Amino acid sequence: MAEGRMLGERARVERPRLERGDRERNQALPALILDPEKIRGKHAALCFATMAVMLGLPLWWKTTETYRAALPYSQISELDSLLLRLRVPVSVVFVQGSLPIVDQQKLPFTIVNERDIPLKCKMRLKSRFQQAYRMAGSSEENALKKDTVQEAEAALPLPKEDSLGSLNIFVIPEKSSLLPQDKMSYIGPKRTAFVRGAHGRQALTVIGQKILQVAQAMSLTEEVLASALGDRLPEDKLNLDKRRPLKSSLGYEITFSLLNPDPKSHEVHWDIEGAVENYVQPFMSLLSAIGNFSMDSQVLYYAMLGVTPRFDAATSSYTLAAHSLPHVINPVEARLGSRAASLYPVINFLLYVPERAHSPLYIQDKDGARVTTNAFHSPRWGGIMVYNVDPSAYNTTRYPVKVNVDMVPVMEVFLSQMRLLFGVPHPQMPENFLLGSPPSEGLRYWELDRLVWARAVENLATVITTLTSLAELLDKIGNIVIKDDVASEVYRAMDAFQEAALELSAGNLEVAFRASREAVTSSEKAFFDPSLLHLLYFPDDQKFAIYIPLFLPMAVPIFLSMIKIIVENQKARKDMEKVD
Amino acid sequence: MLSKCVVDCPELCLAYLTSFPSPSVWQDQAEQLFKSGHTNNWAVLVCTSRFWFNYRHVANTLSVYRSVKRLGIPDSHIVLMLADDMACNPRNPKPATVFSHKNMELNVYGDDVEVDYRSYEVTVENFLRVLTGRVPPSAPRSKRLLSDDRSNVLIYMTGHGGNGFLKFQDSEEITNVELADAFEQMWQKRRYHEMLFIIDTCQGASMYERFYSPNVMALASSQVGEDSLSHQPDLAIGVHLMDRYTFYVLEFLEEIHPASQANMNDLFQVCPKSLCVSTPGHRTDLFQRNPQNVLITDFFGSVRKVELTTETVSLKPDLSSMGYSHLKCHEDEELAEPLSYAAQLPVAQIIHQKPKPKEWHPPGGFILGLWALILMVFFKTYGIKHMKYVF
Repeated sequence: MAEGRMLGERARVERPRLERGDRERNQALPALILDPEKIRGKHAALCFATMAVMLGLPLWWKTTETYRAALPYSQISELDSLLLRLRVPVSVVFVQGSLPIVDQQKLPFTIVNERDIPLKCKMRLKSRFQQAYRMAGSSEENALKKDTVQEAEAALPLPKEDSLGSLNIFVIPEKSSLLPQDKMSYIGPKRTAFVRGAHGRQALTVIGQKILQVAQAMSLTEEVLASALGDRLPEDKLNLDKRRPLKSSLGYEITFSLLNPDPKSHEVHWDIEGAVENYVQPFMSLLSAIGNFSMDSQVLYYAMLGVTPRFDAATSSYTLAAHSLPHVINPVEARLGSRAASLYPVINFLLYVPERAHSPLYIQDKDGARVTTNAFHSPRWGGIMVYNVDPSAYNTTRYPVKVNVDMVPVMEVFLSQMRLLFGVPHPQMPENFLLGSPPSEGLRYWELDRLVWARAVENLATVITTLTSLAELLDKIGNIVIKDDVASEVYRAMDAFQEAALELSAGNLEVAFRASREAVTSSEKAFFDPSLLHLLYFPDDQKFAIYIPLFLPMAVPIFLSMIKIIVENQKARKDMEKVD
Repeated sequence: MLSKCVVDCPELCLAYLTSFPSPSVWQDQAEQLFKSGHTNNWAVLVCTSRFWFNYRHVANTLSVYRSVKRLGIPDSHIVLMLADDMACNPRNPKPATVFSHKNMELNVYGDDVEVDYRSYEVTVENFLRVLTGRVPPSAPRSKRLLSDDRSNVLIYMTGHGGNGFLKFQDSEEITNVELADAFEQMWQKRRYHEMLFIIDTCQGASMYERFYSPNVMALASSQVGEDSLSHQPDLAIGVHLMDRYTFYVLEFLEEIHPASQANMNDLFQVCPKSLCVSTPGHRTDLFQRNPQNVLITDFFGSVRKVELTTETVSLKPDLSSMGYSHLKCHEDEELAEPLSYAAQLPVAQIIHQKPKPKEWHPPGGFILGLWALILMVFFKTYGIKHMKYVF
């Protein structure tokens, strides 16, 4: 107020020299600065701006963020370079006379043999053969005094731990007659094997090497694990084996179909229920360790093959050449159904009874020779067998001819195809190994163990890729929402994974396999949860189009008033300097 | 359909056999060269338009569906998404048909078309769910893409498109970035071995610009800035029946049979500018094999790898139980009684059911808000002192 009066006096004193505009301006300026309404207005504008910036911006940022529940990103990135130890518990039993006395006194002890499995993938695998050496008990000694290996094996008492993945090796005297002369070892259908002992200074080392050879042949080899990790390894175009086995899944649906293209001539009966019960069920009960199996069967009439067979005059039979086989499956596949409710992969086994006009029908391989089994299979799909009707059955006048299918050769073929589809090939042993014949189920126990090892490792590799790709996706695509239940599934998958890895290094294959299955289920559930679908990709121009009508009407008055305040302050300062 | 195959194939088989002197040697070489590494084929065919004047898009998709089925991919491996409002449209002078040639030569609708997503189910969300596998648990098998790491997937899309987007059913769009991200999600989970993406829309090349996942080959009917044109109108039906690009692709596919050795370079030459008016484009930089070595049937057909079974398992025949279960079967058949249909429905129970009493719920938010507003306005107008008469 004092300044105002002073200015006014000065203005009066210097009146003739000042212009009107100047005087008005000088009178207006203090009013502008000091008017209480105007000050309140300025304070209000400043408050609005502060609120908008301090409260509004963070609130908007927080509420438009995609919700992401916490995930263990660091643990997931560690998974990639994980070291998996696969422990195989081997119990080695020495019979009297198989070791020099000096070494016998050192028993019992345990040797651990750990080696790297070289695979060209990031996951490192080590196999650990834990061999527990001991002398044989009296019942075992008596059993091993039999004449042939098979009898000895049958007479052996059941081992204490016959769990999945373990091995029992018996070392018999070097000159023993249980094995034929040139054979070094015998591998039985269950988890037992016999190895010849040795004499001399380095007896234990020599025996140790033989035992390792046998143990590796029966359980973990590079090929087993390579086939399990087939798609994680760099692609090798010439290696067909990696493509053959069915992928690890929680369950499988097996369908047996009888194709009768000519019901006018053949009335085909097949006792599929009985055959499944007698021959397939024992096999399946062994395989049920790796998944749930459901079986069904059907009969299809007028289902033709897609290819017309050629007539071979020399044998007066019809032949299907090997290169036309790939085209056989497709027309038939359209007719084969599958259960609508289950999502398990389907394995089809087809039995084709050729039409009267094309009987008998044989399959030829590339060189023109007949295939003895008259069957072929397709990886990851199933198998087809051609069943020729006995020509003597046509010597009647009553059509259709009744055909009772002999299920034994059919089931033999189907079971061997099933083995191949699951990746259990006929074992290749070195020359001096004697391989025992397979048991009645059709699958040797240690072959099943190999399958379970492969599946467990495959499951763990799948979990690693699923979780790492989920983390990568979340990084790359910013709009994916992670709900709490998805996060809990991821945590559960991680826990099951750790448990599986722990159990594998402890040697409990069954528990480890179950844990690996749980890990796979949880990780798949998390990855394929329907809520992860990011549908809200907004390109930048669409983002502007949405936000501008909301923010612009609010922002414009604030900005303008800010600018006005700043301009006025600058003017006031300039004027005050001038006046001063 | 099946008898057609049997009739066609013998001539083709014989021709195939007689044209090469030593089939086994050549077969080995061919196998090495054309080995593609896949074991099954899937196809996702999408028509993104509805309404009568978009007849040609439905005819496009159905023609590709027919070719793919003819070459061997079964319905269980095809996901067909159509608006399906052409055949029974009131404006269709020939109901229950969809023609793809003028003069109504070829009816592509027929009896055995299995549409998996029809009408309003063809949305961007469902399409992306099918691709990424994130379908709700209630979706049946036919609505899922159950491909694995050894599947070759063919994706065909047609409709109206623009620069960087494709219009779905006149109400929403899918952008090329979303599509590229969906393919990346498929790749991360290894849901395909190799993929062929064909798109027949205006400015189709913009849709494959943003792909960044490996093993994807893409074909489009026109470049950015160009329109894809339709082929020919049929005066009786009153609309255009097919698009040019798809028409010439189909002419090319008619000559392909399951044993054909035509490769992708031939497909790239289909529909030159003189016939198509627009310039078809393709993108192969993400694909690992040379297009020369990629067979058409790798994607459009379903040729399976087959191995001969040479060894068998030996089983002990179990004679006693075999005959018995056979007899058991017959007895079971005779004992079963026929059920009468009406006896299965508890009609009396349904008719005499008492209506369930509905539970009382307190008034919801809207009603409360409305009453609060009315009360506030009343007291504002007439002053707060009236409140004491309420309580």
